[in-house]
Amino acid sequence: MTMLTLNINGEDKTAQVEGRTLLVDFLRDGGLTGTHVGCETSQCGACTVHMNGAPVKACSVFALEAEGAQITTIEGMAVPDGEDAGLSALQAAFKEHHGLQCGFCTPGMIMSAAALLKEVAKPDEAQIRSHLEGNICRCTGYHNIVKAIMAASGQDVSGIAAE
Amino acid sequence: MYDFELIRPASLAEAIAALEDEEAQAWGGGQTLIPTLKARIAMPSALVCLSGLSEIVGICDGDDGRVCIGGATTHAQIAREATRFPALAALAGQIGDAAVRTRGTIGGSVANNDPSACYPAAVLACGADVCTPERTIAADDFFVGLFETALAPGEIITEVRFPVPTRAAYVKFEQPASRFALVAVFVADFDGDVRVAVTGASGDGVFRWREAEAALSRDFSPEALDGLSVDADGMLSDPHGAADYRAHLIGVMTRRAVQNARA
Repeated sequence: MTMLTLNINGEDKTAQVEGRTLLVDFLRDGGLTGTHVGCETSQCGACTVHMNGAPVKACSVFALEAEGAQITTIEGMAVPDGEDAGLSALQAAFKEHHGLQCGFCTPGMIMSAAALLKEVAKPDEAQIRSHLEGNICRCTGYHNIVKAIMAASGQDVSGIAAE
Repeated sequence: MYDFELIRPASLAEAIAALEDEEAQAWGGGQTLIPTLKARIAMPSALVCLSGLSEIVGICDGDDGRVCIGGATTHAQIAREATRFPALAALAGQIGDAAVRTRGTIGGSVANNDPSACYPAAVLACGADVCTPERTIAADDFFVGLFETALAPGEIITEVRFPVPTRAAYVKFEQPASRFALVAVFVADFDGDVRVAVTGASGDGVFRWREAEAALSRDFSPEALDGLSVDADGMLSDPHGAADYRAHLIGVMTRRAVQNARA
C-alpha cells in the first residue's frame, strides 16, 4: 500500500492505494460517487472523467497513473458560487432537453460531451454521435442527448423533432 | 485483478532495468491490458508503466523523410499531430472511442499485435521500422502471428518510423460493438510500388495481400482488382463474421481504400 494524493476538481485528496487500485475506486471511495461504474470493462463510458482535460475511462486507469494530473469529475462541472453559480451550461441543457432518463450514464455523457465541446465549439450531429461512441445509454435516449449537446453549444435545435 | 507491483520509471533507462525481471511486463496505456487483468487472463508480478515517458512520446520528422512516432505516443496525439501522414492520423482517430484514444499508445498496440488492431496494418503496408533500444526491426519481420511479434521478453518499442507513401488510405469495416476491425485494409502507394496490408481477417494476424499489390502496382485503380479474391481458408470466423464473409470483405475494403487514396 502507498499513500497517494490526487488533485481532483482543484482539491488534493489523499488515500492509501495498491498498484491495482483503479482511479474510479479512488474517486468513489473518497466520496465522489457521481462517477458511475457500469460495465467496469471500459465499454460503457459511465465512469468517464477528465485527466488533464482529456476524457478517460476511470475504470481503465490505475489511480497511481493519475498522480500529478488534474482530474475533473462530474462534481467539478457545476459552478458552486458566484455570479454563474448553478449547473454548467451543458448540464442545464441536458435538464432542459430531457437528455437523461434513469440518469446512470449521464455523468459519463456530460464529461464526454464537455471534452468534445473543448475541441469543437459547434459540433454537428454526426460529430457528436461519433464522439459518444464510447458512452452507452441503456434507456437508449440518444436523440435528446445529442439535442442537449447541440443546444449547449449555442445551436438552434427548435427544428429537431423528438423521435 | 490479482495483486502486482506497479512500477513507474522516471526514465527509459529505469524502465529497461525494471524489465530485466522476467516476471515484469511493460504496459503502454493499459486499454487492452487493464481489462485483461480484470478478467485474470494475465498475471504479471510487476507492471512497468511506459505511458508518459517523455523520451518516447512525440512525433517528429526523420532525416530520411520518415514520420517517426515515439512508442508511448497516444492515439489522440497521433490523430491530432501526424499531419504529414493524413492516412495514419485518420486511422488513429478511428481507434476505439475518444477516451480510449486518450490513453492507448501506438507501441502498446503494435507490441500486442491483436489480429484485429488497426496500427499493424499501417506498419506493414508502409514497410515501417519498429525500433527498440537494442535494434531496428523491419515490419515484414516484426509480426510473427496471433498476438506474437519479434520482440524479445522485456523489449520496449521506443519508436515506429513510417516512410510516407505518395498516397494511402485505410478503410475499416468496424465490428460495431468493439470498434475493432472486422476487416480493415491499409493501401500504400510509393510511386507505383504498392503495398496492401489486411487486419482483422486472418487467424495469423495482419498480412500482405501480394496478388493485390502486384495488380495495383501495374494499375492503381479499383478495377485492377477484378477477378482477384482471397481464400477463406485460415480466415477468422466468429459470430460477427464467418470466414468466407471476411475473405469477401477484404476485396471490398481494398477497393474502397484504393478509391479513397486516389481521391
